[in-house]
Amino acid sequence: MSVTNQRLRVGLTVGKQWWRRVLSPMSATSGHRMASSSANFQLKPFKLHKLDESPDTEVTLNRDDALKYYREMVTIRRMEAAANALYKDKTVRGFCHLYSGQEAVAVGLENSIRKTDAVITAYRAHGWSWIRGVSMIGVLAELTGRRLGCARGKGGSMHMYNDNFFGGNGIVGAQVPLGAGIALAQKYRGTDGLTIALYGDGAANQGQVFEAYNMSKLWSLPVIYVCENNGYGMGTSAERAAASTDYYTRGDYIPGLWVDGMDVLATREATRFLADLCRKGKGPFVMEVATYRYHGHSMSDPGTSYRTRDEIQEVRQTRDPITSFKDKIISTDLVTIEELKDIDNKIKKEVDDAVAIARSEPEIGAEELYGDVYMI
Amino acid sequence: MAAKKPLELSRSVQHFTFNPQTPSTKSGDTTRMNLFQAVNNALDIALTNDPTAVIFGEDVAFGGVFRCTVGLQDKFGKDRVFNTPLCEQGIAGFGIGLAAAGATAVAEIQFADYIFPAFDQLVNEAAKFRYRSGNQFDCGSLTVRAPCGAVGHGAMYHSQSVEAYFAHTPGLKVVIPRGPIQAKGLLLSCIRDKNPCLFFEPKILYRLAVEQVPVKDYMIPLSKAEVVVEGHDVTLIGWGTQVHVLHEVCQMAADQLNVSCELIDLVTVLPWDKQTIINSVKKTGRVLIAHEAPITGGFGAEIAATIQKECFLNLEAPIYRVCGYDTPFPHIFEPFYLPDKWKCFDAIKKLINF
Repeated sequence: MSVTNQRLRVGLTVGKQWWRRVLSPMSATSGHRMASSSANFQLKPFKLHKLDESPDTEVTLNRDDALKYYREMVTIRRMEAAANALYKDKTVRGFCHLYSGQEAVAVGLENSIRKTDAVITAYRAHGWSWIRGVSMIGVLAELTGRRLGCARGKGGSMHMYNDNFFGGNGIVGAQVPLGAGIALAQKYRGTDGLTIALYGDGAANQGQVFEAYNMSKLWSLPVIYVCENNGYGMGTSAERAAASTDYYTRGDYIPGLWVDGMDVLATREATRFLADLCRKGKGPFVMEVATYRYHGHSMSDPGTSYRTRDEIQEVRQTRDPITSFKDKIISTDLVTIEELKDIDNKIKKEVDDAVAIARSEPEIGAEELYGDVYMI
Repeated sequence: MAAKKPLELSRSVQHFTFNPQTPSTKSGDTTRMNLFQAVNNALDIALTNDPTAVIFGEDVAFGGVFRCTVGLQDKFGKDRVFNTPLCEQGIAGFGIGLAAAGATAVAEIQFADYIFPAFDQLVNEAAKFRYRSGNQFDCGSLTVRAPCGAVGHGAMYHSQSVEAYFAHTPGLKVVIPRGPIQAKGLLLSCIRDKNPCLFFEPKILYRLAVEQVPVKDYMIPLSKAEVVVEGHDVTLIGWGTQVHVLHEVCQMAADQLNVSCELIDLVTVLPWDKQTIINSVKKTGRVLIAHEAPITGGFGAEIAATIQKECFLNLEAPIYRVCGYDTPFPHIFEPFYLPDKWKCFDAIKKLINF
């Protein structure tokens, strides 16, 4: 009796990505490795601040999602690697902040919210832009400043946008009160939508973040403030910049949750938990995701003058979000190595194709210099 | 390999040639320094001679993102050179308090583009402290340093020139050096000046601008414009990087139009040296002012208004300003945006032929 193969197809059209899976029923025997359809995992405990309940620490992952999350994290990793290379050969200029190492945050969060929920973040936004629906070409061509870029090349690395994705902001902290405002609009419109407003451990010390906390608690806004704590604000470690590095408690009167940001299942579970509460009108919340960035703050920062190479290596080897997820899904027979290799190859091709377009597309005309300043 | 398109070339090449100053013969020993080294040297001297002097800002401990504070924490200790969290409004306010309590406070804002959360503190507190207290209190020993200006690829939030926002605030001083010799002397003057000073360092010059800088402790007076090139047909006015652009334009005007330009570096934007400018305009009758910041409300407007009042009958042509356009600083259009030598040269032709 034969085992029908699973097939994963990845197609690419300019501006859109889609994929389709053909799932066949499992059969019982044969010498091939059996794929299971779901597996259970134990998560690290969450830390709670003024919350009576915790998200589940026993979670279930099915095959579909395993492949999806793997694919999404690897796509972001490879896309950022391509951005790295493009910057190094000066095809991308300006400032470029890479997300490598933090993939489990974007993937876990996005997979727990609706497309109609809103997200706003700071400048480490390429991964977020892609997962919020900007095509890979839209991201890479925006970096290279060409017309197929998300903002037609006018914004660059820090300014990519899409429906319900409000960027992409250069001045850190400034996006947080904006997030509160978006949440107010959602509440006003009665959509039971929510907003995720992200910021880093550095920006967590900006005054306007606390102004946003106060306003959103006063008005019970459906916003989840997510602090992506990667340990460093540019070159200053979190302990040396913050009197309290328990960022999930910094909202004080706002309930908070600490999550292992290197575990996509944890970020997913935490977001599901808080999103559900938000939609019931119990927001706002603060969520701290403990994560790590492999590259420097930006491409202008080697990232080694304020931390050791050993530290970076250690995280890569023991806590990498993709490697650890891969181990989980392989060892529980959710997927096979061959399937993952297949995904890797397809992503590589997709990235290479996108890079070629990002390199060769022209820029928009100089007449656009004055465009989009005012609206008549 | 296909030939590069001109636009690609101009994105990687800067729009000016640095014109180094030579130190005067009375300078004593000199050493080769670039702009960030000159700033570093000035800070070192300030901290050595003034036991109340402290330096603080984001990432200054490891040397700063432009290396201006390299070695200073090791030399002077963590209680005199220290990092702040990411909070510009807090940094400015904290600096004002520190200065009011008697310390010499040297704050660094990582990029001038980030200075706006601090705007309220600087405009409403720092500038008005002495005035509102009838001189009982002041924060004169505060100096705020920030890198400013176009760098070739900085786009909206790493390229801004912000002098015009602060020039509108009596009580503050605003200073912009064009090279290492100036930077060291002017920064020491700002640190020792009895008024809160904003010192904007053109970031593109940090590595590029190299001069033989005097090693001793010296100061260059504030509010004194410098006549960089003497001439008699047209007065050119600029500051920071733009002085180097205009320097090349002087040469082009001499070679191609037989026109003798007088180039003035304003140096201090607030309070500015009106007399030097007026003297020059009375001589030449034609004026070109150039700056990177957008033209509307740029500091060139203030200079132009003053000149037309004080030198109306001396003017042979309207005053021309060649500036950034009235748009946010662009990501991909930077070469078109900047007031480059071609635009300035074109303006000179118009001035001469009026």
